[in-house]
Amino acid sequence: MSENKGKTFFIDQTRCTACRGCQAACKQWKKLAADETVNTGSYQNPPDLNGHTFKLVRFNEVEVDGKLKWVFFPEQCRHCLEPPCKMMADAFIPGAIIQDEVTGAVIYTEKTKELDYQTIREACPYDIPRKEESTGLLTKCNMCIDRVRAGMLPACVKTCPTYTMHFGDRDEMLAIARARLAEVQKASPAALLADSDLVRVLYLCEVHPSHYHHHMVADAGNASDRIGPFSRRALLAMRPLRTG
Amino acid sequence: MTNHWIDLKNSDVLLIMGSNAAENHPISFKWVTRAQQRGATLIHVDPRFTRTSAKADLYAPIRSGTDIVFFGGLIRHILDNELYFKQYVVDYTNASYLVGPDYDFKDGLFSGFNPQTASYDRKKWNFVTDDKGVTLKDPSLKDPRCVLQVMRRHYARYDLKTVVNVTGMPEDKVLAVWNSFASTGRPDKAGTILYAMGQCQHTVGVQNIRALSMIQMLLGNIGIAGGGVNALRGESNVQGTTDIALLCDNLPGYLPIPRATWADYDAYVKAGTPVTNDPQSANWWSNLDKYAASLLKAMYPTADHKEAYTWLPKIDDTKVVEYSWLSLFERMYNGGFKGAFVWGQNPCAGGANAGKNRKAMATLDWTVVVNLFENETSLFWKGPGVNPKDVKTEVFFLPACMSVEKDGSVANSGRWLQWREKSARFMGDSMSDGDIVIRLFEEVRKLYKAEGGKHPEPILNLDTAYLKDGAYDASALARRLNGTFLKDVTIADKQWKAGQQVPGFAALQADGSTACGCWIFSGSYTEQGNMMARHDRTQTPEQAAIGLFPNWSYAWPANRRILYNRAGVDQAGKPFDPKRAVIAWNGEKWVGDVPDGGWKPGEKLPFIMVREGRGQLYGPGRVDGPLPEHYEPFESPLAGNPLSPQRVNPTALHFAHEEKAVRDPRFPYVCTTYRVTEQWQSGTMTRKTAWLKEMQPDGFCEMSRELAAQLGVRNGDQVVLESVRGKVQVVAIVTPRLKPFTVMGETVHQVGIPWQFGWGQKKNATFDSANLLSPSVGDPNTGIPETKVFMVNVRKAPSGKQG
Ligand code: SF4
Ligand code: SF4
Repeated sequence: MSENKGKTFFIDQTRCTACRGCQAACKQWKKLAADETVNTGSYQNPPDLNGHTFKLVRFNEVEVDGKLKWVFFPEQCRHCLEPPCKMMADAFIPGAIIQDEVTGAVIYTEKTKELDYQTIREACPYDIPRKEESTGLLTKCNMCIDRVRAGMLPACVKTCPTYTMHFGDRDEMLAIARARLAEVQKASPAALLADSDLVRVLYLCEVHPSHYHHHMVADAGNASDRIGPFSRRALLAMRPLRTG
Repeated sequence: MTNHWIDLKNSDVLLIMGSNAAENHPISFKWVTRAQQRGATLIHVDPRFTRTSAKADLYAPIRSGTDIVFFGGLIRHILDNELYFKQYVVDYTNASYLVGPDYDFKDGLFSGFNPQTASYDRKKWNFVTDDKGVTLKDPSLKDPRCVLQVMRRHYARYDLKTVVNVTGMPEDKVLAVWNSFASTGRPDKAGTILYAMGQCQHTVGVQNIRALSMIQMLLGNIGIAGGGVNALRGESNVQGTTDIALLCDNLPGYLPIPRATWADYDAYVKAGTPVTNDPQSANWWSNLDKYAASLLKAMYPTADHKEAYTWLPKIDDTKVVEYSWLSLFERMYNGGFKGAFVWGQNPCAGGANAGKNRKAMATLDWTVVVNLFENETSLFWKGPGVNPKDVKTEVFFLPACMSVEKDGSVANSGRWLQWREKSARFMGDSMSDGDIVIRLFEEVRKLYKAEGGKHPEPILNLDTAYLKDGAYDASALARRLNGTFLKDVTIADKQWKAGQQVPGFAALQADGSTACGCWIFSGSYTEQGNMMARHDRTQTPEQAAIGLFPNWSYAWPANRRILYNRAGVDQAGKPFDPKRAVIAWNGEKWVGDVPDGGWKPGEKLPFIMVREGRGQLYGPGRVDGPLPEHYEPFESPLAGNPLSPQRVNPTALHFAHEEKAVRDPRFPYVCTTYRVTEQWQSGTMTRKTAWLKEMQPDGFCEMSRELAAQLGVRNGDQVVLESVRGKVQVVAIVTPRLKPFTVMGETVHQVGIPWQFGWGQKKNATFDSANLLSPSVGDPNTGIPETKVFMVNVRKAPSGKQG
């Protein structure tokens, strides 16, 4: 679908307080299971995305220009404009992963049970897909497609108290994201919108994307808002694929 | 809060100190971030770099328990550099008042100290008055006896070097914070201070808040949009419970608690009513008799209110803190009680010195625990190290339903009474608190009727007509709290009939013709209906300019959204900052917010709740001194107090037989306690919510990399924390967010531990509540425990890793 149509998130990480309202709201709306976790020396918990954790706030302590920063990354599926996971899935089980015509949401269906987990996970430049052991399904954020179709905001966006999370039509989101970026760049010239021409989740990074997470951007070595002419396919082709 | 949540967005400089607002009041950041987006500066002062610090433009670390050093230094800085708002200070504060000859401060003590009783004779701190009893003033602020000059002398010791040495805050940070915040001492700038338990839970808690209030007065930041002294209330209805007097020192609406020496109603009114001879002072508390009579009539509508006064319980003429939390548990520990109701609380995990509280509970014959779920208190008899066979206490558990299962109001930090309707059916045998109280009460009343008893009148006569269809009806109580005419009354040519709701507290009468359960709530449930349930966003342009929604819920008092707003305008009623006017006189009337009294501009002084109408830079009313003074925490890494020979607050609440760790090599590290976003209070509710528990499953201790290296502790290891009182084992979070302090030339390590993880958090928990470590010492005005600073040792747990 056209790159200026459909829906998009704008996530202004300069404002995120890591309250994790979004993480809890996602689980609540989607009735996802919680694990008996332990504290491993970090606030981040569960330690990683999993079959029943589609939204995870990552906590990272970093030093930037001699100043301590605690950066928070409310991570979720980026809903790529041209989703490599779907392309890969289509090669095996067409229709297992679909893209919603109206919103652009990338949706995993029941048929993902039949896909090879590692193949699909590795196709994702952001390392998002996970397998839910209890059902055998591959899972991730589905843009709260049920809510969005009913005219509601995604649960995580609705919950966010700080206006970190925004959701709406792509052109509108791009406009507010760019305006906010310009604002933030006044104080933090290195700020950027991660992979904004490739994905439907626009993360505003105040510091270098690698400080948030090594998969913040598709190509960590070339983190930029202007990743430019590379198509998803080109990106995909550059990634070594393991199948099996 | 003098202001309210939305108003935070109006601020230019926000100082969060003694609060981790981003974590503990996540919604506050909806407005804090709006202010930042407008270009405001956010400052965070805290021993720990937290999620709040992560969002701050300026973070400055401070050793726990040294806030007054920091504030005192800032006061000196403001005075030395003439950064205060002169017109405001002269017109609206008591800076010009002349302090009497008996006032003195020497060697860390104010005049009038009696070491036998550990208390002050506060008369020694009085002002000088003229022959009419009005305080003498020097508006030029030059008289050496005037408050401003007394302050100058008092804070002369709080120089930059001393502040740096005692607080451990690096000098550049001290200056950066001071200069940034003091930049708001201009009419066109607004600075706000947000605080929470980090200021209160100290043996100098009240004086901490006095100090920050003084700074706000010097800078002209009270009564304006984007300013104020803003206590962030955490527990969902803690503001409401304070208003309604869930405290030992007052009756609903902040009326004084009756004392044994005030044997009759007239004596109570006389003692409780401040007198002023200053014609400009509104002295609002001169209305006390109207509020007291109406309260008594709310409880006993058919009795004479003077007689009803004799039925009220009265405290002895001792220090009021002898009735506070710590004192109750001391007495219980010593076998002083037969039974206890523990209602919506968890003293065996959430209370200071929880180990003592657990032992105290075991002295009881019975206890009734009312809560949503079982917790460390209802199950104290089978907690760690307790053999149920050894416990004689009979424990009754009454399941309460939760907030969404009942109607009622919740008062938020901004004093908004917000009505909520029941949205789910209660589960199982649970009941609303209202039903539990009324049923219990009626059973007790039956026993009194059947068997008689000592002093039966208060029980037999209490009015409990709050039932509808046999169940407690929150609306009926809310109507009573607002107030009702008991007789036909004419007020300013308007006729009111018996049975009608009073329109507001101005209609309350001293002769018993009105009943009102809490005068400050008056106006919240009138003949127009339940004002607390309003969801109307209508506002005038003036109100829209500062985010004021007068038709949304109801704010006490009188639907005023920003308190002391008459201090935000000059004597002609012109706002100091017209861009952010809270109120303004348009030549005929006030526009904007509800003014603090409707008098014309300049007619009355703005601080209507204090006797003489001006903000009290010098406050002779507190038991521990008229000016905040630094004392070390009861447990401290220092042997003395670098500011004076008096080490600790000489009037603080403490129990001499309990040992304290003072520069004790066995307990070398400063420890503070706090909460996390994901758990609520002692965890009783949130640990049942799997999604929250998954995010914060275990107790932990945050420590610096430097200390961890010294102790051989790696991130994620199990560590043992030990204080004089007890020990707990938790997970170590080794982090650059904590850094060692340099205090008086020595390295001082500070660690921190959330108190929300008691042994009930999860099955076979190896950790326990941080309150096993915290001491039973408290503020002398309020009794609040010093849980924010005490001394511990930390070592790697024998097994190293979690089992
Ligand atoms: S959009 Fe819905 S599914 Fe996706 S992260 Fe947000 S709440 Fe979860
Ligand atoms: S709800 Fe908003 S502020 Fe809270 S963690 Fe999520 S994105 Fe951040």
